[in-house]
Amino acid sequence: MSTPFMFEKPVGMRDTLPSYYVKEEKVKRQMEEEIKTWGYLPIRTPTLEYYETVGTASAILEKQLFKLLDQDGNTLVLRPDMTAPIARVAASSLKDQVFPIRLFYHDSLFRAQEREGGRPAEFNQMGVELVGDGTTSADGEVIALMIAALEKSGLKDFKVAVGHIGYVNALLQDVLGSEERVQTLRRYLYEKNYVGFRQHVKSLPLSSIDKNRLLGLLELRGGIETLEKAAELVQTEEAKKSIQELKELEEILAGYGVTEYIKIDFNLVMHMSYYTGIVFEGYGNRLGFPLSSGGRYDELLAKFHRPAQATGFGIRLDLLIEALDTKEEVRQDTCILFSKERRGEAIQTAKALRKEGKRVVLQDLQGVENVDELSESFSDVRYFIGKNGQEG
Amino acid sequence: MSDILTMAMPKGRIFEEAVELLRKAGFPLPPEFDDSRKLIVDVPEANMRFILAKPMDVPTYVEYGVADVGVAGKDTMIEEERDVYEVLDLKISACYLAVAGLPGCEKKGINPKVASKYPNLATKYFKEQGEQVEIIKLNGSIELAPLVGLADRIVDIVSTGRTLRENGLVELEKIVPITSRLIVNPVSYRMKDAQIDEMVEKLAAVVEEEKV
Repeated sequence: MSTPFMFEKPVGMRDTLPSYYVKEEKVKRQMEEEIKTWGYLPIRTPTLEYYETVGTASAILEKQLFKLLDQDGNTLVLRPDMTAPIARVAASSLKDQVFPIRLFYHDSLFRAQEREGGRPAEFNQMGVELVGDGTTSADGEVIALMIAALEKSGLKDFKVAVGHIGYVNALLQDVLGSEERVQTLRRYLYEKNYVGFRQHVKSLPLSSIDKNRLLGLLELRGGIETLEKAAELVQTEEAKKSIQELKELEEILAGYGVTEYIKIDFNLVMHMSYYTGIVFEGYGNRLGFPLSSGGRYDELLAKFHRPAQATGFGIRLDLLIEALDTKEEVRQDTCILFSKERRGEAIQTAKALRKEGKRVVLQDLQGVENVDELSESFSDVRYFIGKNGQEG
Repeated sequence: MSDILTMAMPKGRIFEEAVELLRKAGFPLPPEFDDSRKLIVDVPEANMRFILAKPMDVPTYVEYGVADVGVAGKDTMIEEERDVYEVLDLKISACYLAVAGLPGCEKKGINPKVASKYPNLATKYFKEQGEQVEIIKLNGSIELAPLVGLADRIVDIVSTGRTLRENGLVELEKIVPITSRLIVNPVSYRMKDAQIDEMVEKLAAVVEEEKV
């Protein structure tokens, strides 16, 4: 290990300079305004959580957790996601509040990174959690709200893929029986390895009908007609229920007027093991990574001893801003340069201008390195210089 | 929305076979494509753009989304573990990964050393075998390592076994068969689903034909 240079920061950490900061603020504000009008309340949770509780419940890969020890030797983690902390709050500090609870947040999350650029170890996420509501209306609300927030941010050309973990499990379970065999195939799905999935299916001692049912899963993506195809593959109660939920969801989203954004995709199987029902992911056109995701997690709250159904989404602000190409300039309106003799006058002028909402830089001439360069960056420069000099 | 589909192609060994496959599938690749030194080749008739990359880098281009799809060997997929869809086995450039070494080298040493171009893959493989080895990463001509005493064994791809034989090495264990795969960026998979599904269909048909 070599000692870091003074300018270095830890791998994956980024500075937020003014030009980027204002963009992020703008996008954040636009989306937050939308989310508030849907009746969601703001919440903030600690940066540090116990590894044993939130750390393990979060389902983020072990190696992606930043860990440290407190004075008592407990392992702490820098929060890797917001869903688990909010589940903890809903089950403890808010345990007397009746369900459903609607909360939103924007905060930074931490994922230790072992790879190269484009994957910050700390990033801002904005999202909502709708806790204690098991209805499909809740799934619909959360998806529609995510779309509304993305629209408000100015994002165009985006799509939201919607899948159902319950259906995938029902199909695999019905064909394969044992959970062990289900797990193997599910892993191929979330590793996105369709070749491996097909090879594995071919190697199983199953009838060709059953094999084709499993292979059929890979074809289940597209429009609403996909639901019919899905219904043909498996008829268990669980599967019927899942398909019924998706049908209802389609109606709900039509009510919100957002079906143009939606694609059905039963192959959407997320790494996050806590998802149980409808899941979704948002994609922008100019970006290689999904910029938002969410879904139903009906078993997570039970881990914090207040069993409840819940759903929510998170939007990655860093990725969203990359996809957006937002134009928001850092703004300073007026520069008042003064010399000591007329400082009082300069302060009064600055006060008056600031009252009008102007962003005023008040600068003692003696402290300026290069007057020309400084004044060039302002459209309005005023001088209060010399004993009797005129303003101008 | 830009409808151009960008495809990352691996230069070298796999390239010719991949180009042949694409032509058979009806993609109008220009004749100069084969010996072009260009890194980016546009084929407007097909609404496609090809980028020519090192085979090991293809999954990276696709993961970051600068290419929508790509052709990558299973060896690079295992080594790189990129977050991309592996949608189709193209069944070209068939070979396999194997452990090799000088005759009798298995019993050697308490801290056995293994040289490979695939350090992640080799580490994982020996871990699964319950054997502790030390990995040395090399970038090519791996067969040299045991000959000059840099390592006891090597992990490398074998197609005919000729290189091994010519250097007096023997194959000790087969690890996994390798073919080239069509890989897809997760966002492109959803945003350009129609184009990609069409491509997969065409290629799958040719792959199926070849097999018979």
